[in-house]
Amino acid sequence: MINYFPEEVLWHVFSFLTSHPDRNAASLVCKSWYNVERFSRGKVFIGNCYAISPERMISRFPRVRSLTLKGKPHFADFNLIPQDWGGNVYPWIVAMAKGSTNLEELRLKRMVVSDESLELLAKSFPNFKSLVLVSCEGFTTDGLAAIASNCRFLRELDLQENEVEDRRGQWLSCFPDSCTSLSSLNFACLKGEVNVAALERLVARCRNLRSLRLNHAVPPDALQKILAQAPQLVDLGADSFVHDPESETYNKLKNVMQKCSSIRSLSGFLDVNARCLPSIYPICINLTSLNLSYAPGIYSKELVKLIHKCKKLQRLWILDTIGDKGLGVVASTCKELQELRVFPSDLHVVGNVAVTEEGLVAISAGCPNLNSLLYFCQQMTNAALITVAKNCPNFIRFRLCTLNPTIPDAVTMQPLDEGFGAIVQSCKGLKRLSVSGLLTDQVFLYIGMYAEQLEMLSIAFAGDSDKGMLYVLNGCKKLKKLEIRDSPFGNMALLADTGKYETMRSLWMSSCGVTFGGCKTLAEKMPRLNVEIINEGDEMEGRPDDRQKVEKMYLYRTLVGPRKDAPDFVWTL
Amino acid sequence: MSPENTRDLPESETSGGLKTDLTLGLPGDSQVQKSGIKRGFSDAVHSNDAKAESQPPSKAQVVGWPPVRTYRKNLMKNGKYVKVAVDGAPYLRKVNLEIYSSYQDLSTAMGDMFTCLIICNVLNERKLVDSANGEEYVPTYEDKDGDWMLVGDVPWKMFVESCKRLRLMKSSEAIGLGSAAPSTPSKGSSTSC
Repeated sequence: MINYFPEEVLWHVFSFLTSHPDRNAASLVCKSWYNVERFSRGKVFIGNCYAISPERMISRFPRVRSLTLKGKPHFADFNLIPQDWGGNVYPWIVAMAKGSTNLEELRLKRMVVSDESLELLAKSFPNFKSLVLVSCEGFTTDGLAAIASNCRFLRELDLQENEVEDRRGQWLSCFPDSCTSLSSLNFACLKGEVNVAALERLVARCRNLRSLRLNHAVPPDALQKILAQAPQLVDLGADSFVHDPESETYNKLKNVMQKCSSIRSLSGFLDVNARCLPSIYPICINLTSLNLSYAPGIYSKELVKLIHKCKKLQRLWILDTIGDKGLGVVASTCKELQELRVFPSDLHVVGNVAVTEEGLVAISAGCPNLNSLLYFCQQMTNAALITVAKNCPNFIRFRLCTLNPTIPDAVTMQPLDEGFGAIVQSCKGLKRLSVSGLLTDQVFLYIGMYAEQLEMLSIAFAGDSDKGMLYVLNGCKKLKKLEIRDSPFGNMALLADTGKYETMRSLWMSSCGVTFGGCKTLAEKMPRLNVEIINEGDEMEGRPDDRQKVEKMYLYRTLVGPRKDAPDFVWTL
Repeated sequence: MSPENTRDLPESETSGGLKTDLTLGLPGDSQVQKSGIKRGFSDAVHSNDAKAESQPPSKAQVVGWPPVRTYRKNLMKNGKYVKVAVDGAPYLRKVNLEIYSSYQDLSTAMGDMFTCLIICNVLNERKLVDSANGEEYVPTYEDKDGDWMLVGDVPWKMFVESCKRLRLMKSSEAIGLGSAAPSTPSKGSSTSC
């Protein structure tokens, strides 16, 4: 019946489809739906930039306005991937410029972005509105100057945790006086100075500015002047805070903060002296998001005082200096908490007081809406995890990281299999899981059995045999990304179900038991997978022996065959 | 009397069994150090003694663990971080001296950091005192030349530049230390307990 609907009706119906999985499903129904869908898709999400080529993307979705691309595998964040591996955005921008795409928004994660790319981007798309770069590298402030100068309708420039070479030019001054459209500006990751006067003028004329995250180089007295111009701010990030609570600047800041009643999200504080925190007390009551994870200068006492005032918090990122007791305060104060991340404050000092299972149990008891967790801890127990699973069945993301990667249950000295088993059994909506601590194949049996919605799994120093990996591959039907390091999984597990990998985005295995021979076999069997080996050693003398173990393997499904930009040290089998 | 090698905190014999020796190793580690971190087929040993099985080598050798983004790691490195030890406490802290503007600031921060200590007025001087037993602590530091000095003798900025590590000593142990009078200069109003 629906085949007789004119295309305009289909079009109208599809305009209500916003999620990618929904659109992907709709496009598979029939040719007519495929065509209507592809012409009406404005937002394209590509989780692995090497799965498809820019040209094919443009030819399928000619009306793309917003593109999201991800490049390097997740473990690149932890120094496991050498420089120059790839993930360059330039070919994408070239192709879209050539194809006269009406690009308005570009969101990149873990990609290499050159100044050349930014310049081409700035000059090729007259309606360009939004640039979001997360964990990218390869550009300098010159590239930012090009964006500022040329993108007349820029609304959003959001730089999160990028490695940017600061040329100390005047990139911020390149925003013309006519630029009044900015609603979001985040340059917290830049290390160099900006022209503070230009910044103040920019903020003053952008009346729609909602989100502003400044870097460390913006001095505290400039901060208070800027806030005075932008009381409508909803999200504020300030790295350079006042040091002296007796100073004039501190008083001014305190006064101006009281007027910023719209602020719901706060971050930065890299450089804060705890005695100056009272200046932000007035806005704490309205805060829904607080990121103090870059503020090692705030210790338990001050943190607790601050947290007591933040009763509406939904998201909290903190350092483990908060301690178990501090987490207890969070648990009794922040009843609406949904997301908690506790980062390690010091990776080098032995005996540093971190958090333990007690803090986590307290949180689970006090915050029933918790659905997302990242928890770096000194130790854990099965009993605690079982309690957490019972208290919080709504976890979507659960990432636990014990500082000692193979530490057993702190009380029973048993593996942590039962604890994680309880989590996957109780949290039926779990999509992302990272496990750590002493773990046997048993935990993977549980994961395979119960984690029906799991899409991403991270494994390190875990398992006893191939069975572990097989439980996961056989059981988790929705698995998209699997990353494994330092675990005893080998060829048998890798080759048991080769078709599985075409249903997944990617698989990473490093310091495991797979060999060259195994990887070669897989590559031969599955032409629509790229099986890449990363070689960092001196094994340039021909191909190594088939029996030799592979240090790092990254495989992913692709429609366009081996990539042409692979560096010398990456071999596509 | 100069303090002993910082690897052996003097109270380790008397602190009631607390293991206060500093070693390079993961928390919870004992003397056992496993040479390889890989768990390939041949290494996969099903040991009944889980403790002995799970001893990876010192943190320095495990690349990428704990999994913290390089960006975050680098940020935490900035600033002038020095270790702070308190006699009798089994843990260390690190402070970024650059965020404090005066000795008073620093001692307030110490009081925050080591929650067992409070700042009291003793004979018109601000001192750090253990709230449990009233014992006074004297802040000392190791300077660039390796000498242990009393905190507060030199101008603040000079102190920040030359300080390599801090140690809060029990004042009974601090006799004869440093070169100047053992007093921290107080600024403005006094703080009571």
